[in-house]
Parts: sequence; structure tokens; C-alpha cells
Amino acid sequence: MKRLFNYLGERLNKISSLKLTFLAVLSALVVGAFIIVVSDIDNLRDGDIIGALSTVGSAYWALVVGSFGSLRAISNTINSSTPLILCGVSVAIAFKAGLFNIGATGQMLAGGMTALWVGFAMDGPGYIQVPLAIIAGAVGGAIFGAIPGILKARTGAHEVITTIMLNNIAAFLILWLLKTNLFQREDRTDPISKLVSVEGRMPRLFGFLDGRSDLIAHIGFIVAVAAVLAYWWFLKYSTTGFEFRAYGLNADAATYAGMHVKRLTVLSMMFAGGFAGLAGAAEVLGTYGYASTNFAGNIGFDAIAIALLGQSTPLGTLVAAILFGALQAGGRQMQTNSDVPIDLIIVLRALIVMFIAAPLLVKTIWRTKNATVTAGQTFRGWGS
Amino acid sequence: MSTAEIATPMLSLEQKKRARNVGMSLIFLALVSAFFLSARPGDAGFKLVDSFTLVLPAQPFAQALAVLLGALGAIQLYRGFGKWTNVVLAFATAMFVVGFLAWATSGGSFNLTGMLQDTVTRSVPITLGAIAGILCERSGIINIAIEGQLLGGAFAGAVLGSLYGPWVGVLGAMAMGVGLSALLAVFAIRFRVDQVIVGFAINFFSLGLTSFLSQRVLTPYPEYNIVKPFTPYAVPLLSDIPVIGVALFTQTYFVYFSFFAVAATTWFMYRTRWGLRTRAIGEYPQAAGTLGIDVLKLRYRNVWLAGAIAGIGGAWWPIGTVGRFDQNITSGRGFIALAAVIFGRWHPVGALTAALVFGLAEAIQLKMSNLDTGIPSEFLLMAPYIVTLVVVAGFVGRSRAPKAAGQAYDASK
Repeated sequence: MKRLFNYLGERLNKISSLKLTFLAVLSALVVGAFIIVVSDIDNLRDGDIIGALSTVGSAYWALVVGSFGSLRAISNTINSSTPLILCGVSVAIAFKAGLFNIGATGQMLAGGMTALWVGFAMDGPGYIQVPLAIIAGAVGGAIFGAIPGILKARTGAHEVITTIMLNNIAAFLILWLLKTNLFQREDRTDPISKLVSVEGRMPRLFGFLDGRSDLIAHIGFIVAVAAVLAYWWFLKYSTTGFEFRAYGLNADAATYAGMHVKRLTVLSMMFAGGFAGLAGAAEVLGTYGYASTNFAGNIGFDAIAIALLGQSTPLGTLVAAILFGALQAGGRQMQTNSDVPIDLIIVLRALIVMFIAAPLLVKTIWRTKNATVTAGQTFRGWGS
Repeated sequence: MSTAEIATPMLSLEQKKRARNVGMSLIFLALVSAFFLSARPGDAGFKLVDSFTLVLPAQPFAQALAVLLGALGAIQLYRGFGKWTNVVLAFATAMFVVGFLAWATSGGSFNLTGMLQDTVTRSVPITLGAIAGILCERSGIINIAIEGQLLGGAFAGAVLGSLYGPWVGVLGAMAMGVGLSALLAVFAIRFRVDQVIVGFAINFFSLGLTSFLSQRVLTPYPEYNIVKPFTPYAVPLLSDIPVIGVALFTQTYFVYFSFFAVAATTWFMYRTRWGLRTRAIGEYPQAAGTLGIDVLKLRYRNVWLAGAIAGIGGAWWPIGTVGRFDQNITSGRGFIALAAVIFGRWHPVGALTAALVFGLAEAIQLKMSNLDTGIPSEFLLMAPYIVTLVVVAGFVGRSRAPKAAGQAYDASK
């Protein structure tokens, strides 16, 4: 009997991290509700507290309905999650090696452009063209991602500076490329690319359901899940993955153990760039079918929050990205249904990250026991 | 023989490599001037003051520049400038920028003094953001939340400035900055959360909250979002100096404050007990704690102070320039400030220099879009970032951060 209790106690300890996540999301929603009420100036001026509270209700209901309430909502969630998962893995794999990849945006732009080029320049059956374009995206992103890695390995230039600079460089490069004859759509003067050929588009995920053109999710999601699996396998079973982790945990120890630290620096940034490039390919080949100047949006930055939230683990990153994607999809519904601006979801994301990162705080607020206290560093910091 | 060996200071391999890089870059710049910048004939007019325009014949100037840079590069490669290397490099770069501008404007003219003034103006938020970063990191707290603090400051400055005038706006921005940095302090110091995570969360929180409120409150009530910005104040006497007077001393209070902040931080950091202790807790907090310094208290104070300074930097947007707040008005300047911290090697003067470089980049970008140079404007716009990349990779190299930055302090360890 005593053993049973001990066992149950251990089980409870184990699920406490799930409980913690749940409480963190709940806390974020409570704070979010507070922000909605306080900013509802019209209702507050009339003294209509009930009216303000009902706004919260309809906003949050729209958030749920818009993210998981129907097949279309689920498809939207999947679609929003796809690039977030891939960029999340990009940031996470760099974190694992102790590097901080702020450059997912630039790598995504680079990968998107190479994928796009294969997408419209090639003619052939889709089952050849699409995989080729996806690979091209990964290669483009990897090459662009390798630059900060090489710079760091050879000269010690810090990747935080170089990736930020490369983001800006990529943005202008895209602006220029989209105005060249090679990429610019005929009969257009604004920077917008040619369309990817019909065969070159990523097939719709729910393509088997005829006549549902509103289900925009595409097989990029499968690529993303495969990427997470690859990341998991890489960390757990490959030698290089082990070296990444060793290097990330203690660079000196890794050096003394005879690992080629410079090679690891370049490789980790290359892999990071490759995953981000896949995200670019997914957006261009799947979601849009063409490239505009800002097809990468803020995804590269959201990805940092995702990797932090998922603590750079494969599963954590996947779940965090889907959560963020669901908030994105639900947020659009919320904006239409209840006039609450979609920017609220940025606040919610920030609060969730904050609460999850501070288990001690959640523990104090909700008076739970057994919350695990995490502390430590995500990346190696500014030195070496 | 032996005396000569003793007289030559020993250089580490890294220093030698860097010295060689400097020499090679000078030669490279010389080649660019010789073959690229000298390709466009015509006179370039630089308007310095209303009554005087400096006319520079672009082609001969580029050729002279090529000779000068080539000579400097050769000397650097042959024997090196030693401790003057940075000065020589700065001078050479400045001359090259002039040569570049001469090339770009050849056949036309533009207002050089105006561009310098613009440079200084635009460096303000980057400088103040970087000072905030330095204050935190020197005391062992990584401050990635500069962007969020700037953005929060800009929002508070716009709203309170519209309601109660610009000075209250600045105070409000400071309060907002302190509030956001207090969040960083509590999480990083009290709850010992990973500082990068909190920092990023604060960035998102600030971006989300200000965008949300701006759309929900400022759009329907535009009267909350119209500030009367500060007008430039000409410092008596100093502002009469040609060129420099306009560039440095005919500016808003924000510029003067940023100069003051750099000077004060430098003095505090290296000349006062407070600064010595700050540096100590950023390097080796355990030792500092053993000697009786209240590490946590000092960290709290420095982070709060940093927030106030970043808040003022944020107020620059509504109160120093445009007179209103827009969603994501800072557009990544906080990250540029972060780069300036590292670029400037955690020293306020270094950060100011870096901020001026980025300010110049922004000012040139604005000018470049009006000039017809024959090469796509995107490449010119991209140039400052490439230059930063080259400079960081070639000359700055491995930079040494405060050792304890990023680590939570636990007195019991």
C-alpha cells in the first residue's frame, strides 16, 4: 500500500510539468482578460462592467472556435503552425549547440527564394518538382545560415550581431531580387515574384476532400513533423548530435574531449539555416505560391519564443509551435468576431513564456506543490 | 639585436592576425577607390553652410584617396601602426565614406551638414538603448529586452505626452522603462529565470501590449496620440561653429541627454565606488558578495536605472521626432543597440561610436534613395550592414563579455 502511494506520488511529480503548463496558460488568459477589460474604454465610460466582461467571453470563445472549432479552423491552425515548427527547430538546434540564432528570418527568406526559383523555373511532374524545390529551400537556407557559423568559427564574430545584420541584408537582397527579370512577375512593377507552377505547389493536406478550397493547410506540415522527428533522432542517436549537446553544455569540455568545435559551430548554424530554409519553402510553395518582400513576417522572432518555451527539445518545440499557431489562427477569428485586436495573442504568448519560465511564480500564485524549478542558461552568452 | 627584440612588444597570434586584417582592408579600400570610385567624373557638391558649398572633383579625389589608403595599408602591413591602428583605421574609413559620397553625388550636390545632423539625431535611441544594455550586463544581467523597453517608453511617452505635455511624457516613458526593467529584475534576480527567456518574453509583451492598446485605444481616440515634440535647442556660442555647431549643438534635448548619459556612465563605471562594485558583481559576484557587497540590491538598482534610460530612448520617437506612436515604431532598433553593446565592447564610448555608425547608415539610406548612382539602391541600403559584418568579423573579433552575465546569483553557493 505504501509502495502504491509512493508510486502515485512519483506519477504526480511527473505530470506536474503538464500541470504547470496548464496553469501557466490559465494565468496568461487571466492577465489577458484583465487587459481586454481595462482597455475597453467605451464600456468602462458607461460603467458597463458586464459589457466589458462579455467582450472577454466572446473574444476567448472566438479564440477556441477559430483554432480548433471546425475542420477549417484546424486547417488554419496547421497552416499557421507549419513555418513556426520549422523555424522553432532552427532556433532550438542552435540553442542545443549553445548558439543564439536570431537569423531565422533571413535564412527563411533565402530558402524561400531558392525554393521559389526551382518552383517556377522547372517543368515536370509534381512528385519530382516539389521534393526538389523543398531540398533547394533547405540548401539555400543552410548556405545562408552557414555564413554566421563560418564567421564565428574563423574570426569569433558573435552570431547575435552577424545574424541580425544578415537579416537586414537578406531583406534588401530579396527586395532587389524581386525586381530582377528572373524573379519579377511579368506585367508587374512592384516587387512580387512569378507564380510557382501548378505542379510545383505543395499539395493540400485535405486535398482528398473535393470542393473545400478553404482548407489551406498543405503538406508542408508533414515536412515540419518529419523535421521534428529528424531533429529528435539527430539529438538522440547521431554522433554529431551528441557533440552538439556536449558543445552546448560545456565548450571547454568538448574541446578537451577532442571535438572539432569550429566544425560544430559551422554545422549547427548550417542545420539551423536549413530548417529555417524549409520554413521559407513551405510558405512559398505551400501557403502563397509566390514570394513578396515580407513572406517571412515575424516568424523568425516568434520561433525564438517557441524554442525557449519548448526548452529546445523536439517534442516541446512541436507542442509550443502548435500552441502558437493555434493562437494565430484563433486570433484572426477573434479580431473579426469581437473587435479585440489580434495583437492580444502576442501578449498572451509573452505571458505564457514568462509564466512557464518562472515555475516558482506560478507555484506561488496557484499554491501548487511539486513544481519543478528550472534554472540555467539557454545559450553560451556573449563570450567565445 | 637583443635590444631590438626587447623593444618590440610581443604580439599574440590573434593581434598579429588582426593587424594583418587591418592592413589588407586598407589595401582593399584603396583598390575600390582606384577602380570603382574613380569611374565617375564630375564634381560633387557638399553643402556645409548656407553660404558655402565644398566642391570636390570626384575622380581626382578618389585617385588621391586610393594613393593615401594604399600607403596607409602598406605601412600597416610592413610595420604596423601599433596603438594608433584604430585611429588610423577610423580616419581611413571616414575618408573612404567621404570618397563614397563624392562618388555617389558626382554631378550633383547635397547637404552634408544636414546628413551629419541626421546621423547624430538617429543615433540617440541606439545610444541610450546600448547604455541600458551596458548597465545591466556590466552587473551580470543580460538585457535582451532593450527593444521592449524602447517600445514601452515610446508608447508611454506618446500617451502621457499628448495628455500632459512632452516633459510629463518623458517622465512617463522613464516610468514605463523602469516598470519593464523591474519585470526583468524580478524574474531574473528573484525567481532566477533564464535571463534570455525573460528578456524575449518582455520584448513580446511590450510589442503585443503597445500594438494592442494602440489599435484598441489610440485609433478610436486620436487625441491620446498627438504630442508636441521638442524643437531643437541651439546651444549658445557652440552652435555658431560651422558644421559641428549644426551637427552637434543644434539638436533636441534628447541628443544632449545621450551625450550626458555616455559621459556620466563612463565616469560612474570607471571612477566611482558604485562603478567598481558594478563591474565586480558582473565579473565574479561570489567574490564581491564575500567582501560584503549586496549583489542583489546593486543588480536591482542598475537594472532599474537601465530601464529609465532606455525609456528616455523610447520617448525619442514620439517626443523627439514624429510626435506620435505607431505600432512597432522602434522596428528592431533595440537589437541594433544590442549589437552596439557588443560592437562597443561593453564600454559606453564604444557603444556611442557604434551607435553613430548605425545612425550614419540610416542617414545615408535616406539620402541614397534620392541619388542616381547606377547601381541598384538596395545594395547601397545593404552596405552598412555588410560593413558592420566585415568590421565585426575582421577587427573586433572575439569580444570579452562580463563573465557573470546571464548567471543568476545565489549567495548560498
